[in-house]
Amino acid sequence: MIGRDLLGIEDLERAEIERILDTALHMSEIGRREVKKVPTLRGRTIVNLFFEPSTRTRASFEIAGKRLSADVINFSPGSSSLTKAESILDTARTLDAMDPDAVVVRHSVAGVPSRIAEVLAAPVINAGDGAHEHPTQALLDLLTVRQEKGRIDGLTVTIVGDIVHSRVARSNIYGFRRLGAEVRVVGPPPMIPASVETLGVKSYTSLREALDGADVVMALRIQNERLSGAYTPSIREYSATFGIDRATLRFAKDDAIVMHPGPVNRGVELSHDLADHRPSVILDQVRNGVAVRMAVLYLFSGRPPREAADREVRP
Amino acid sequence: MRSVEQQSASESAQHRARSGDAAPPRTLLDDTGIRRSLMRIAHEMVERVETPDRLYLVAIPNGGVPLARQLAANLAEIADLDVPVGVLDTTLYRDDLHSTGARPALRRTEMPSAVDERIVVLVDDVVKTGRTIRAAMDALMDFGRPRAVQVVGLVDRGHRELPIKLDYVGKNVPTQAEEDVRLLGLEGGGDAPLEVIIVSAPEAAEPGARGERA
Repeated sequence: MIGRDLLGIEDLERAEIERILDTALHMSEIGRREVKKVPTLRGRTIVNLFFEPSTRTRASFEIAGKRLSADVINFSPGSSSLTKAESILDTARTLDAMDPDAVVVRHSVAGVPSRIAEVLAAPVINAGDGAHEHPTQALLDLLTVRQEKGRIDGLTVTIVGDIVHSRVARSNIYGFRRLGAEVRVVGPPPMIPASVETLGVKSYTSLREALDGADVVMALRIQNERLSGAYTPSIREYSATFGIDRATLRFAKDDAIVMHPGPVNRGVELSHDLADHRPSVILDQVRNGVAVRMAVLYLFSGRPPREAADREVRP
Repeated sequence: MRSVEQQSASESAQHRARSGDAAPPRTLLDDTGIRRSLMRIAHEMVERVETPDRLYLVAIPNGGVPLARQLAANLAEIADLDVPVGVLDTTLYRDDLHSTGARPALRRTEMPSAVDERIVVLVDDVVKTGRTIRAAMDALMDFGRPRAVQVVGLVDRGHRELPIKLDYVGKNVPTQAEEDVRLLGLEGGGDAPLEVIIVSAPEAAEPGARGERA
């Protein structure tokens, strides 16, 4: 049974993940119709509450909501005036009074969506919180791999890049592990969390070793401001050591696919050629993002509202 | 004749668990009866439709799928027609999602050709309230503008709640609203023999009904 909120993949059981993926698979058929709209959430209101700027994820949630006929409201208070917990919760309470059926939250601080979920009657869907989780990104990655490979069980998935700052990596580690894949991480040592192996993954410093026998190569976006620090390499060093091109891809399996959450720094995480062509599946990921978010909005918007007594704010 | 228990032990077990001491499931139509009905319906279609080359069978899953396939095979056999078969899930068009908050599992939709200017025949196994047919018609319109829409129901059990009339009926069966009528034999990928059964709900079970078990 699916819970009330979607805060992270860590909270989901295998059967729940599979139910979301199965639903998303059917939702993707709607995107291939001439009329890309079904009346399912007609009269429902979905609020996109984005404290951190995002065009891609917000647009994806917006299209997903509109394909289900929901009214979608974008609310982007900006993080500057709302850094204090109290003002964030005030904003959330104000929104709650408008009776939304689901609230999609993104914030640069880990844990904000779950804090908001405590005070909202509506179900909360985490669209990325700090370096914590980005569950719908992991779900769309799982769906893409399942479509490409026909299964997740027994695959080897190598995640390349800045693992320590990446909510995409964290959610994918939970998701792929729970569905039975072997997960490896590789990147410059300062970007690999010391405790990463407690999540059931193998950590590498050599890209070649990490790619050996991989079915899926997932490159993460490198934030420029995080490079060229005292302990991290320059962009040029990074791309020479951890950038993926057709030559390095030869270490992976012959039929390996390449993924990236976007937007790609061309020539850094992926070569120009790989950013646009197979075996990279980046545009399939984007397409599946809409289907996964339709599935999530469908499944989570049906929950009964939280009782008022359950959402007294803890001091 | 194969018993219901042999055909689908787990399904009948569920029925028994739900209906307590109610009467055991009865067969309304066995595989031979279903095949005979579908052959008759195919003949009726060819007779009634002026442009049978425009026919397009659209199955409502899951029960409609093997029935539509059989109808297409029958139309090929008796009139040399190559009728496309589509599958149309109606779940996202249901009228009770809002009121109940229910989130039923979706089923596949596969529409191999355009519906514009076709005579679309919706194929369902059991028709009761007509709400599924209403949902299917709304879904169909999102795929285009058919010249006409007709409906096949293998079993019409009455209790209509919407003004929906069937064009082709396998069998009319008067039922109690609480009874459960369903098509079995869907698990085997289309090769298993089909059977329509009726299961009494505990409150609907009459003393005489139990005595019917032979």
